[in-house]
Amino acid sequence: MDQTTLNIIVVGLSFALYFGIAIWARAGSTSEFYAAGRGVNPVVNGMATAADWMSAASFISMAGLIAFVGYQNSTFLMGWTGGYVLMAMLLAPYLRKFGKYTVPEFIGDRYYSNSARVVAVISLIIISVTYVIGQMTGAGVAFSRFLEVSSTNGLLIASAVVFVYAVLGGMKGITYTQVAQYCVLIIAYTIPAVFISLQLTGNPIPGLGLFSDMAAGAAGEGTPLLVTLDGLLTDLGFNAYTTGSSPFLMALFTLSLMIGTAGLPHVIIRFFTVPKVADARWSAGWALVFIALLYLTAPAVGAMARLNIMTTMWPNGVEGEAVAVEDLPDWFETWSVTGLLGVEDKNGDGRIQYYNESGAGMAELAAERGWAGNELVTFNRDILVLANPEIAQLPGWVIALIAAGGIAAALSTAAGLLLAISSAISHDLIKSVINPNISEKGELLAARISMAGAIALATYLGLNPPGFAAQTVALAFGLAAASLFPTLMMGIFSKRMNSAGATAGMLAGLILTCLYLFTYLGWFFIPGTNMLENTAANYLFGIPPTHFGPIGALANFAVAYLVSNATAAPPQHIQDLVESVRIPRGAGAAVNK
Amino acid sequence: MAEKPDNNAYWAANIRLVTICLVIWALASYGFAILLRPMLSGIAVGGTDLGFWFAQQGSILVFLVLIFFYAWRMNKIDKEHGVDEE
Repeated sequence: MDQTTLNIIVVGLSFALYFGIAIWARAGSTSEFYAAGRGVNPVVNGMATAADWMSAASFISMAGLIAFVGYQNSTFLMGWTGGYVLMAMLLAPYLRKFGKYTVPEFIGDRYYSNSARVVAVISLIIISVTYVIGQMTGAGVAFSRFLEVSSTNGLLIASAVVFVYAVLGGMKGITYTQVAQYCVLIIAYTIPAVFISLQLTGNPIPGLGLFSDMAAGAAGEGTPLLVTLDGLLTDLGFNAYTTGSSPFLMALFTLSLMIGTAGLPHVIIRFFTVPKVADARWSAGWALVFIALLYLTAPAVGAMARLNIMTTMWPNGVEGEAVAVEDLPDWFETWSVTGLLGVEDKNGDGRIQYYNESGAGMAELAAERGWAGNELVTFNRDILVLANPEIAQLPGWVIALIAAGGIAAALSTAAGLLLAISSAISHDLIKSVINPNISEKGELLAARISMAGAIALATYLGLNPPGFAAQTVALAFGLAAASLFPTLMMGIFSKRMNSAGATAGMLAGLILTCLYLFTYLGWFFIPGTNMLENTAANYLFGIPPTHFGPIGALANFAVAYLVSNATAAPPQHIQDLVESVRIPRGAGAAVNK
Repeated sequence: MAEKPDNNAYWAANIRLVTICLVIWALASYGFAILLRPMLSGIAVGGTDLGFWFAQQGSILVFLVLIFFYAWRMNKIDKEHGVDEE
């Protein structure tokens, strides 16, 4: 059986599983559609949250992001996990106690204002739509690489699959498919990692292998893996793996990712599905357990795959001859076809020299040894995870699992985002603002139609990605950090915060962050319309647009505080509401109003 | 303000606990892993130093312990102040 057939079978089986769950978990009420009937076990919700959270980027790209930069990119590991500490202690339990369905609903009710509600809906839609585009294109790419369909067809198949279980089951269907998707993706991620770790260090746990000595028979036997890697990299002119620079920017970027994570509405609403406030607290812990299983493995995958590539290219060490063209492993050829890898024998010696041309002293070394430039000309960072099973010489079914895992990661995140978008439209715009008298049945239908509409929009944008698709992470995290997180937090922790303050603060955070991004990345991300070149010399206090979230959040807090103190305190019933949100007792009674 | 004094004490206990947890949260990530890494460079871990370990693994493990500790402690505080869910 060839690899593509095997991939189709494994991916097809995973889809059959999702469809089975969709039929079993149909939503019969708005409570089930928006919050899975609030009957989800905290451990199960933790698993669903992990799948909701870990996107195609976490699954496919993160190990590569770390592998190519090393220590400096630990910011992603800390930022995308540390946000859960903020969420568990500052938001999730209180919002669960509030007992409603959406994030804008809390903002609208707490700040007794439909304008605050609408600003929150706008923030939510901008954040979630930009984020979902990346998932749709990610799913399309995963399909086209593994199943030999075009990425357009891949994207259409992905949309159709999400359509079935999201429209049918709402949050209930999404929750249980996410659990299945988590299992698929974590197994797919872990198996190749375990084998690679065994081969290199003899330790079956990749996270421990990263800090172990090289195994007998591996290059650099007996020395620590990281020392071996650092040595190879610096000999070839690359930066050492374990060092970094500019700690201030690292800290700022980590903070930006943490606050952004805590403010992402599609993650927050997952905590509305558990029965009690105490469950929401436990569930955040479980979510991080399931996320950590992948996040503790990712840096090991990154470092080990990087080391494997280096030793593949330099089988006799850096002092010896580079790999001969005919000795390149099979997976090299397989992946060259996709355009993710490419070699060019510039000096015509029949060998491929891989090194950093611009590294210190490399020009002299190249002249001395007759190298004519780096010959591994294309080296996409995603290759480290995608080709991992082949690099470790694992059987075909593991490759098929990686295909199913990548698609599961993209679909689970896309579904969570689509639910956040559609519930904001059907619940916050239609039910709360446009037609408060809509019946339960009418609202359920509206929710399903909004979901279908959101999927159609996401599919369209996935097929015709706007110019800013590449900037989505900066935009989504920056806006979540600057608009939603501070407003939610003040709504719980400050009784004095009033409607005018919160609305002004949200707008200040939103507008300031957008302006800063647009200044360097172009108005509405249209290339060529940026007012300043996107280089370090132009940044305000040296802060790149991707790191701006905490500054936007600070502006939100400051403006909200000043405006609120200059205007009247919120009415008594709102202060009572804040009081009740802070106390767990009575969470059951608050359900389903 | 028509508040029961009992609830004020409960909220103060929560704020105290959250503050302690967030200090540790910041120390493990921004501190040991980034800004204070040079001070820890003498402590070797698996071919590199403790700061690198905190950046890639230690901080995540600390976050995990913190969330479970908070959940456990907070659920106990709920009961002590009589505001737990029945």
